[in-house]
Amino acid sequence: MILSALIDASRLQFALTAMFHWIFVPLTLGLGFIIAFMETRYYLYSKKEGTENQQKALFWKKLTRFWARIFAVNFAVGVATGIILEFQFGTNWSNYSWFVGDIFGAPLAIEGIFAFFMESTFFAVMYFGWDKVSKRFHLASTWLTAIGANLSAVWILIANAWMQYPVGMEFNPDTARNEMVNFAEVVFSPVAMNKLFHTATSAFMLASVVVIGISCWYLLKERNRDYAVKSIKVAAVFGLFSALLLAYSGDGSAYNVARHQPMKLAAMEGLYNGGKGAPLVGFALLDPDKERGDGEDPYLFSISIPKALSFLATRDFNGFVPGIEDIINGGYTYKDADGVERVAIPFEQKREKGLLAIEALKEYNRAANTGNDSLKMRAAAALEENFGYFGYGYLESAQESVPPVALTFYAFRIMVILGGYFILFFIAVLWMLRKGCFNAAGRKMKWFLYLAVASVPLVYICSQSGWIVAEVGRQPWTIQDLLPVQAAVSGVSASNVYTTVAIFFVLFTILLVAELKIMFSQIKKGFEEIK
Amino acid sequence: METLYFLQHYWWAVVSLLGALLVFLLFVQGGQTLLFGTAVDEEDKKALISAFSHKWEITFTTLVTFGGAAFASFPLFYSTSFGGAYWLWILILLLFVLQAVSYEFRNKVSNLLGRKTYDLFLYLNGLFGTILLGVAVGTLFSGGAYAMDRMNITDTAAATVSYWTNDTMGLEAITNPFNLLLGITLFWLARLLGLLYVINQYSGCEERSALLYRCKVQLKVYPVAFVLAFVLFLTVLFLRTGYEVDPSTGYISAVKYKYFLNMTELVWPFVLLLAGVAAVLAGLSGAMFGKPSGWLNRNSFYVTGAGAVLAVWSILICAAFNNTAYFPSTASLQDSLTLYNSSSSEFTLKVMAYVSLAVPFVLAYIIMVWRKMGRRVSSKGGKA
Ligand code: HDD
Ligand code: HEM
Ligand code: HEM
Repeated sequence: MILSALIDASRLQFALTAMFHWIFVPLTLGLGFIIAFMETRYYLYSKKEGTENQQKALFWKKLTRFWARIFAVNFAVGVATGIILEFQFGTNWSNYSWFVGDIFGAPLAIEGIFAFFMESTFFAVMYFGWDKVSKRFHLASTWLTAIGANLSAVWILIANAWMQYPVGMEFNPDTARNEMVNFAEVVFSPVAMNKLFHTATSAFMLASVVVIGISCWYLLKERNRDYAVKSIKVAAVFGLFSALLLAYSGDGSAYNVARHQPMKLAAMEGLYNGGKGAPLVGFALLDPDKERGDGEDPYLFSISIPKALSFLATRDFNGFVPGIEDIINGGYTYKDADGVERVAIPFEQKREKGLLAIEALKEYNRAANTGNDSLKMRAAAALEENFGYFGYGYLESAQESVPPVALTFYAFRIMVILGGYFILFFIAVLWMLRKGCFNAAGRKMKWFLYLAVASVPLVYICSQSGWIVAEVGRQPWTIQDLLPVQAAVSGVSASNVYTTVAIFFVLFTILLVAELKIMFSQIKKGFEEIK
Repeated sequence: METLYFLQHYWWAVVSLLGALLVFLLFVQGGQTLLFGTAVDEEDKKALISAFSHKWEITFTTLVTFGGAAFASFPLFYSTSFGGAYWLWILILLLFVLQAVSYEFRNKVSNLLGRKTYDLFLYLNGLFGTILLGVAVGTLFSGGAYAMDRMNITDTAAATVSYWTNDTMGLEAITNPFNLLLGITLFWLARLLGLLYVINQYSGCEERSALLYRCKVQLKVYPVAFVLAFVLFLTVLFLRTGYEVDPSTGYISAVKYKYFLNMTELVWPFVLLLAGVAAVLAGLSGAMFGKPSGWLNRNSFYVTGAGAVLAVWSILICAAFNNTAYFPSTASLQDSLTLYNSSSSEFTLKVMAYVSLAVPFVLAYIIMVWRKMGRRVSSKGGKA
């Protein structure tokens, strides 16, 4: 009971701080490249002779500097929230940190050495260095800031992907920890590669929408028209490109989830009873009274695409997709990570295997202490055989292995539907640019300008939803199948954690409000007084 | 086994070096405490802010990297200390969160809290951030009230491997006189380095002569205070009983004057310490008594800083080398952490060792950028 309060508090704190962090991070990742591109235009024009070129150079310089200011304000809060995330693994998920520090800690350390120093060093040049270093060095610094920011995303996402799909490690019964045996497998795991791709492109798209939204606000106010239209042009091209890759990589994400985290996929689809040729739910309302095993239809109403889910998950229109019940009851066949056909075992059997593994570890330790080598060998063999289900030993009931369905389901719908919307949005913006709708004569399009401004909050919701799918959908696992939340938390009391949750909530909210106020006043100031 | 032994020591040395560099870089924190008292008007404050404004990120990032390196190389320490001395670390983190936004936000209109508040954030970070970091480092010698048993992982109802045995969760470390002494010593060092840095940046700058004068007056006090505190700290440390682990059995026992013995038995940390102290003294006397045009006077910040890095490095090395339990458990001595029972696997340490070869490149580009950016800040202070 006490443990469950602690788990709730620690989850709440992690979710809160991570989501705050993720408000700032994607803009940093995407805007960095947009600015670097603008500064490159400035640099190229500034090298050319003639007053016209010099004027163009000045134009691009002002654009660069304006967006760099927005970048800086956002960046500061990203850094402030990030430090909490890093140390929180130790303070609140200490058992987790110990169990897998070997594998998880390494990317985090590498991130510090390779990415954060690069980012913060060159950011200083980008922001303060205009009159101090050569144009070339400044340009290089801007690129390096953007690259550094994205490198930091690389390492943390590799770490996160590893938790969803643990590879490249072995359990060492002598230390009772997981130890890395293959670094390349950790870094280049297909889940990590896809996650990187999907998250990076989502950040690029988010930044593009923000740039377009702010620019459209200027158009509404009839200010800074030339700057706004140019910004829209840059962002729309970058945005469409990213949005298409995003949809493509999103499909890859779902395929990975189907292969490695079937329970998450079932939750994403609200799929209780699976089958062959399963339909993909486009939109639906879930029945809030639905309980597992009651035989009721989980949807109050739904619109689905026949057989699409089977195709998405197995690349075969008639492939079998297991639902929540199937996964708990077992008995269906599936292909494992090596492509071998296997029959799924029911939850109870997984739990038994988990308990056997835990018991074998205990046995191994006892044998090691008494010097009983043959017992030790037997225990080691039993442990190895059952280790794949180690974490199930901590679960008391099948229900514990089911993530919150509704949250995962709706978050996934929000992300995908908005993802489709944004592809159309960018196409529309590009089309209107061609038609000259944003030029002085284009006042007819006012409703679209409002829509563009309103799209800014939508893209943030979309991006947060993505993480909710990924993280809520994998509950209760901190490490898939190996370590559930109850075995991962620190030995802190729930009341202590609730206190820090409250402190972080108040502090981060104040910082967010301050950031937004500053941001809005920077936007209001516009381009007028930029040199 | 040989390689693992080497790598465990290598990584302790690297983490210690990061810690030592962090101590040097805390000059930013020390400098932030000049915002109240030493700076009298907005112009002074602007001058201080602009002197530190593109340096603080490096200090911050060093702290973050220090955490990451500790996580990767000594995960059991990371989990035991952070998960147990919970409040101590949370306070430190909060103080650094406050710092991270203040430089950027203070100069902006509509910054919600007003400039004074952000200056206060910087002051709090400068004062308590350094003291509490000192307290946290102090626990490497004074230990913590934790119990640790790996086999807890097999208890499905209470799987936490290491946990604190009291309810104050790290707050008690702040009231420990030894930790506090280290905290205050560290703060005085940071303040001193901050002063030297400001003087270094603005010497010869007419508009800031009043600020400079006020800094120089303090140079009569802080060096003396720091040196006395440091000598006291070393004395207490050397008289302390430490804990030794028998590497073959893992048995831990008390040894009188353990840290002094570590210095003399290993010799080279002692040499490092002496070199560090000599450099600090040289730097300080250069600043206090040297001719303004002399090399030592102009470079006293760097000389003192380099000395501090060497001295701190040597002390941190002696916390764990020579079979010392580097984070003794005051609740259950045999559970104490040593390099042998708390490190990552050989494979991870090896991968990370290759990664650490990149550190000199990182240092090189940071220094390159600092030099390029190092043109004296204009007397008007930094950018808006
Ligand atoms: C490197 C690891 C990592 C990364 C990059 C993220 N998370 Fe996470 N997340 C975890 C590692 C983790 C975790 C430590 O494993 C948690 C804590 C408890 C748990 O089961 O997983 C978790 C839980 C967790 C929960 C709570 C779920 C629940 O309790 O039902 C939410 C909502 C999020 N995360 C959201 C996010 C967001 C918005 C992220 C974007 C930055 C994010 N996570 C990044
Ligand atoms: C839960 C896992 C995470 C941890 C522990 C973490 C840790 C940190 C830390 C400590 C910082 C401050 C670094 C500094 O000193 O500059 C930071 C900043 C940053 N992080 Fe994270 N982070 C996490 C999640 C993410 C994710 C998922 C991404 C991107 C995909 C990301 C991208 C960034 C970026 C770009 C910055 C630079 C500052 C900014 O946000 O504007 N982080 N992070
Ligand atoms: C267009 C169709 C899209 C599909 C099919 C899709 C699919 C997915 C799936 C299946 C996941 C879960 C991955 C996992 O659990 O490991 C995911 C995660 C995520 N999505 Fe999407 N997505 C789409 C669009 C978007 C858009 C438009 C955004 C944001 C602007 C976005 C942002 C994210 C983020 C930030 C994550 C978490 C990181 C990750 O796990 O990769 N996605 N997406």
